[in-house]
Amino acid sequence: MSLDKLLSLGQTALELGLVNALTVLALFLRYSMLNLCDLSTDGCFTLGAAVGAVVAISGHPWLSIPAAMGAGLCSGFVTALLQTRLGVESLLAGIIVNTGLYSINIAVMGGASLLNMNKTDTVFTYMKELLKNSPLGSQFKLVVALIAVALVVAFLTFFLNTRLGLAIRATGNNPDMVRSSSINPVFTTTVGLCVSNAFTGLSGCLLGQMQKSMNIDIGSGMVTIALASLLIGATVLGRGGICRRALGMVAGAFIFRLVYTVALRFHIPAYMLKLVASVIVMLAISMPYLRQRWPELYRQLTHRPGKEGR
Amino acid sequence: MLRIEHISKTFNPGTVNEKKAISELSLRLEKGDFVTIIGSNGAGKSTLLGAIAGSFFTDEGAIFLDGRDVTFQPEYQRSKSIGRLFQDPMRGSAPGMTIEENLALAAGSGGWFSHMTRADRARFRDRLALLEMGLEDRMRQSVGLLSGGQRQALTLLMATFNPPKLLLLDEHTAALDPGTAEKVLRITREVVEEHRITTLMVTHNMHQALSLGNRTLMMADGGIVLDVSGDERAGMTVEDLLARFKAGTGKALDNDRILLSE
Repeated sequence: MSLDKLLSLGQTALELGLVNALTVLALFLRYSMLNLCDLSTDGCFTLGAAVGAVVAISGHPWLSIPAAMGAGLCSGFVTALLQTRLGVESLLAGIIVNTGLYSINIAVMGGASLLNMNKTDTVFTYMKELLKNSPLGSQFKLVVALIAVALVVAFLTFFLNTRLGLAIRATGNNPDMVRSSSINPVFTTTVGLCVSNAFTGLSGCLLGQMQKSMNIDIGSGMVTIALASLLIGATVLGRGGICRRALGMVAGAFIFRLVYTVALRFHIPAYMLKLVASVIVMLAISMPYLRQRWPELYRQLTHRPGKEGR
Repeated sequence: MLRIEHISKTFNPGTVNEKKAISELSLRLEKGDFVTIIGSNGAGKSTLLGAIAGSFFTDEGAIFLDGRDVTFQPEYQRSKSIGRLFQDPMRGSAPGMTIEENLALAAGSGGWFSHMTRADRARFRDRLALLEMGLEDRMRQSVGLLSGGQRQALTLLMATFNPPKLLLLDEHTAALDPGTAEKVLRITREVVEEHRITTLMVTHNMHQALSLGNRTLMMADGGIVLDVSGDERAGMTVEDLLARFKAGTGKALDNDRILLSE
């Protein structure tokens, strides 16, 4: 394989990895910090993509970003409402919202399940125009994704160290403590889910605009892919301050994409991506458990029944 | 300061597990009172503290804190004026966060978007030094690395960082080794005396119940059966207390963790 090809592979992985990293960072906020596995990620990602595409097609590329984030925030608010006020279990709340979002997404897309943005102005085409005569001209996708990721990492580093951020982390870390403290867990959970889903929406919006098309399946399996990236990232850079861990999430998203892109090169069909993600998540979660159980299993396997009472 | 009027609480009403934890209980505490509570298993000691803290709402009656009716005030709002420690040292702090982050939450100064300042850290360091556990040099370590005793001491510091109006201690030294328990108790006494915090302390140590504070309550079957203070309490021995309990309830004090001596 030539160096050129290798570089272009790396670049694709980097672009897609960075856009996905936004979803991973969103998951980082609610899975690692709030200790909630929000299964509405898939629908919320698609919602961001749909809203972003529709607003961009209507001629407001810049507005598409806050619109997609706002839509994600609303979806997060509904999920939070279900689990904090209506007594719906956290996992179930995500599944319910995810199901409902499917209809909403198609409604946003005006009844279609595919939107084409080939001739649409997007933040990416704007950036391309802006960088036309600079040495970064061909890297406009990377620049947009990099700016978005840098902003989100910076925001999370700031936010999770504020008093509100600390309260959100405590809510996930020790619910018992928070319940008997002056922190209102309903408030912290709601804020955490809203902020987190706004980033998921942003991620979907950018992926749609980068690919110049979006379909209703753009977000399917996203939660597992993001979880796989998160677990990889936590292995690479899991300890230390928030900024370090957030960068670990970005690294995780990139590594996952790289593995996938390389796999494609070796003629593994594209549809295997989700199986790969599932296996990674399965292994990453079961390994610590199996390692802990191993001595006992080993003893069972090597146990030879002795003679009865000698 | 604290006024409790005829509160009752039944858990799991209408089921086989129905349990009347507190019935028709009334209590008045003056500012600066340090009250110890002893009682049999299931007498309602922890339920009483839970009712005061707002972990649940009572079925009947009313609770007033500093003249304000807090009967239906949610727990997180009451927590602003009530500090609470549990027997389990793991319950009061977040293990995945650093010592200084835990303290920043407890200190709660500034707005929602404020950051920890250098002045905050200096303040935390001074207060941690008072514990004499060397924690002031480990402020950036996560709380999960601390021992049970250290965590309980930290929790005490957090609960009293902004001196609360009322401090609720639910056998907070029971799960610690004797040396650490002694230390945590000494710190408790110092903090309470320094800020004249009104305190309710559940204990299973009869000696402690009489030697600490200025008033002792004995509970049985969801009510207060004995309330001693002043001169009467000053001359009391553990034997006297047990005899009074038996005279009051017709039963011997039955608590599987009770400590009759020091």
